[in-house]
Formats: sequence, structure tokens, C-alpha cells
Amino acid sequence: MRWIWIDKFLEFQPGKSARVVKNLSSAEDFFADHFPGYPVMPGSLILEGLAQTGGILVGEVNNFREKVVLAKIPRATFHRDALAGEQLIYDVEVLHMRPEGASVQGKVTSDGALVAEAEIFFAHLDQARSKQLFGDQNFVFTGELKRVLGLATMLRERAEGQPETPPT
Amino acid sequence: MPSQEEIYSKVSATLVEALNVDEEDIKPTSTLQGDLGAESIDFLDIVFRLEREFAIKIPRGELFPESIFQGDPEFVQNGRVTNKGLNELRERMPFADLGAFEKNPDISAISDLFTVEMITKYVQGKLGQPSKN
Repeated sequence: MRWIWIDKFLEFQPGKSARVVKNLSSAEDFFADHFPGYPVMPGSLILEGLAQTGGILVGEVNNFREKVVLAKIPRATFHRDALAGEQLIYDVEVLHMRPEGASVQGKVTSDGALVAEAEIFFAHLDQARSKQLFGDQNFVFTGELKRVLGLATMLRERAEGQPETPPT
Repeated sequence: MPSQEEIYSKVSATLVEALNVDEEDIKPTSTLQGDLGAESIDFLDIVFRLEREFAIKIPRGELFPESIFQGDPEFVQNGRVTNKGLNELRERMPFADLGAFEKNPDISAISDLFTVEMITKYVQGKLGQPSKN
């Protein structure tokens, strides 16, 4: 299974905010069990999608050099179930950004109706220490996450008639 | 400038949000780690929330000078804070009540300096300063 819980960036304001779309296809594996006859998107995976959106937003500020890890979710509220076939919009805004970490506010809507809200807190792993533990490789932004943003850049350039930057 | 009670009540509300504790569990003498269960990552969250709540800037290490004794044998010897270390604490944390700690400056008790009252005094000091903007 691929661990990517957002489909496409609709907007990306560096260091400020991002809007992402997540389509809930009936073909998603988890709908088979969660739940038979009532396919509801697990709240934890909605949070993961918000965290991926927020993580890219925060990571992009340092050109993905920093290891941005989800440190805590101080608050999350689920207003209603999101079912197979719905299209979720994730709006994520940066609240705070510092060398040590960052926090973001996320809001999930479906056709304009509020589905969930959460505050997510990211820590920047101390460079020296994380190098000892993990080496030079940035295990957070391994490619898959960055590719979603790369694709959005390419599509925007195509729409604007600019030379395209192929996603890396 | 808000009164000390107003600041205390906002600080309490901030800790309720950051640490997911009940307001009635918060007392001026509550220690953040021992009594309220704060973990290291919570300290940065508290800093973010205080900045937002009071519209102040809290530079890294000012409220929670975590690195104050790291690797300096001048400040800590045999698990106890030296006189020089205590002077450093007084200078760096004028808003902390060092009374009890000075009597038995065991390094393991240093987290007890971080109380609700300490944060309240720190914020009060910040709000009393002329703005640098």
C-alpha cells in the first residue's frame, strides 16, 4: 500500500497555506472493513492527510532539508462522517514557524460542509542528532510526498504555458 | 497592561489547551512536568500559544533555557548546581522562584522551577517591557 493520503494540490502559498483535494474512491482497501455496508473514511487517515499537507507546507520552507516530524495533535474535532465517493478539501494554514518546529491549523470540508478540524504540531529533528540516528537521508521527504507538490507545479506551468519542470 | 490575575487566568487557559489538563488541576505552584505531565515537545507548543495569546515574542531559550547546563562542568558538579550555576540561573531566569532550589540544588529537581507561577511572572515581565518593534 502506498502511504500517500492526499491526491492533488489545488493551491500552495509557500510558508502560508495549502489547499489539497482527497477523493474517496470506493476502491480504497480500507472501505472493505471500515465498514461493510457503510464505507466511512477513518478519522485517523484524514488526520494523516492533513499532516502530510502541513508537513509539505512546513518542509518546503527549508527546501525539504529539515526532517519535519509530526510531534503532537493538540486538538482534533470530527463533525461528521466522510463516505466513499465524497471529495474532501483539506485547507491547511501555518500558525507558527520557528527553527525548532511549527504548528498548523487544518480544516476539512466536503461540498462546503465542515467534516473535521485539527491543530497539528511538527518538530524539526535536531540536525546533528538525527544525522547520527538516520544518516544523511531525509526519511520524511523521500520522494512520494514531494512528487505531489512537483506535480502541482508542473500542472500550473502547463496551464500558464510556461516550460514545464518535470517532477523529480 | 493586564493585571496579574488576568495573566494567570490566560496562562491557565493556555496550559489547558496545550497539555489537555483540567483547569481545576492547575495551581500557581503546579510544576509543568511533575504535576501537569508536560513532555519536552509541549514546551515549544506552550511558547507558541503564549506568543499568540499575549502578542509577545519569546526568543528560543528565554522562557525555558533548556541548554543552560548542558555540558558545562562549571555549572554542575556531582549532580548539583554550583554557586556559579545558581548565579547563572538567577540571571537567566529572574522570573523563577529559586528559594527552595537554592537550599538543595540537586540537578534532578531543576524541572520543578518550571511552574505556572513562573510562566505568569515571565509574561508579566514581558508585557511590562517597552515594545522593541
